[in-house]
Amino acid sequence: MRENQIVIAGFGGQGLLFSGKVLAYAGMVENRYLSWLPSYGPEMRGGTANCNVILSDREIGSPIVNHPDILMVMNGPSLDKFEGDVVPGGKIFVDSSLVTRKVERTDVEAYYIPASAMAREMGAPNLANMVLLGALVKKTGCVTEEGLDAGLQKVIPARKADMLDVNRKMLKAGMDVL
Amino acid sequence: MEKVLMKGNEAIAEAAILAGCRHYFGYPITPQTEVAAYMAKRMPKIDGVFLQAESEIAAINMVYGVAATGKRCMTSSSSPGIALKCEGISYLAGADLPALIVNVQRGGPGLGGIQPSQSDYFLATRGPGHGDFHVIVLAPASVQEMADLTYKGFDLAEKYRMPVMLLADGTMGQMMEPVALPEPQAIKEAPEWATVGTKCQRKHNIANSLYLSPAELEQLNFQRFERYAEIEKNECLWEEYRMEDAEYCVVSCGITARVAKNAINEARAKGIRVGMIRPITLWPFPVSPLAAAAEKVKSFLTVELSMGQMREDVLLATECKKPVFACNRVGGMIPAPEEVLAKIEDMTK
Repeated sequence: MRENQIVIAGFGGQGLLFSGKVLAYAGMVENRYLSWLPSYGPEMRGGTANCNVILSDREIGSPIVNHPDILMVMNGPSLDKFEGDVVPGGKIFVDSSLVTRKVERTDVEAYYIPASAMAREMGAPNLANMVLLGALVKKTGCVTEEGLDAGLQKVIPARKADMLDVNRKMLKAGMDVL
Repeated sequence: MEKVLMKGNEAIAEAAILAGCRHYFGYPITPQTEVAAYMAKRMPKIDGVFLQAESEIAAINMVYGVAATGKRCMTSSSSPGIALKCEGISYLAGADLPALIVNVQRGGPGLGGIQPSQSDYFLATRGPGHGDFHVIVLAPASVQEMADLTYKGFDLAEKYRMPVMLLADGTMGQMMEPVALPEPQAIKEAPEWATVGTKCQRKHNIANSLYLSPAELEQLNFQRFERYAEIEKNECLWEEYRMEDAEYCVVSCGITARVAKNAINEARAKGIRVGMIRPITLWPFPVSPLAAAAEKVKSFLTVELSMGQMREDVLLATECKKPVFACNRVGGMIPAPEEVLAKIEDMTK
């Protein structure tokens, strides 16, 4: 039985919920059971925000991720908050442009990707989330690359179709960096 | 039908439209604002009405007005907003009018917080307002059920001419899951009791909840409760999960039932024979499966985002034949599966 419990966390405005949606749609395209649950409330731009995504081969009980096997963080406070929750053997993906410290746990796999710097250099500073997501999918295989692309096509509305290529480019950059 | 990925709140709104609802009145409040946002976008495109009222009280009275014309109509809010609507809900019940009221609960009392809660259980199941009455209370535990129970809610409201409350929680409203949407229903003709003008062809219909003759008012209450007895007989919904050989029974609804499922599976892996009865209608409360379980299991455990409001219904349904333990978190806190598992293990000691 394959199941991934994923937490994606950082500042509001970094596209965290969007990243989670891409995964959720990818899961749907692949006919997995899935749930997507955002933090909600006074978390506007600059505050902390996160979402929980579960992709599973079986029906999902609680949509709340208490112990992720995949954690993607785009700021320091999120690493502080969630590092301890990750299951032993889990994978942590860190935007090392924004998070200065290293993962302290030694029983997890940590990947440091300068996603924000890479996205800035490629002329799309708002899409660091996609760079990190590309790395996450490549290393975890929680969805296939084809599924990811199909998911992306579902999330990006038709009126913003011109955004598809740049998102793909960022995902690819993330996949190639590791 | 192909599934779509939607937030629970959006699923409510779309299912209402598919059920033929063309009148939505609301006032924004977290965590249900997506219902209003969705309606604001969709209603103008389908010749429907979206109206953001000046207050929750205004919104429920607009529902009262449209309900009197026999058209499918709804409002949505969250706990403190629902408290404000209670006067109007009582009037709807008193005038025997159908309507759907959505409550995506948040922590209380007072303004409380904005995180998920189930602490409006008493408010919903004991008749949300003054006077002797009930509303049918539906408790979804998935985005699919947010859609299905909204859709069914309109049918029930119309069938029994009474308000129906969809009692969800913040998690259900905010989460996304794939959902298969129901078929669109044709907009029906106005029923014979609707106040839509006589065209000088018949006697006036009157939508009213004021009856100054005690004898008349008593009869109306008696008749309404005869209808309620029918509903208790015919409309109870529940899910049984791993109950076939269960020695212990969890009772939970909504998000906590989802958490409890994880805990039950973990307990089963440890050899504990535990199952769950998940009430889907909270009023009428599914008494029969609980009464039957009380003859078989050693004890019950209620898991709730309240201080034990549903537990009272479990005690009543089981006539206190077996102990009923409780796992309660409130204020927007949600128990982790480990916490529920620990309570299940305690129960076996």
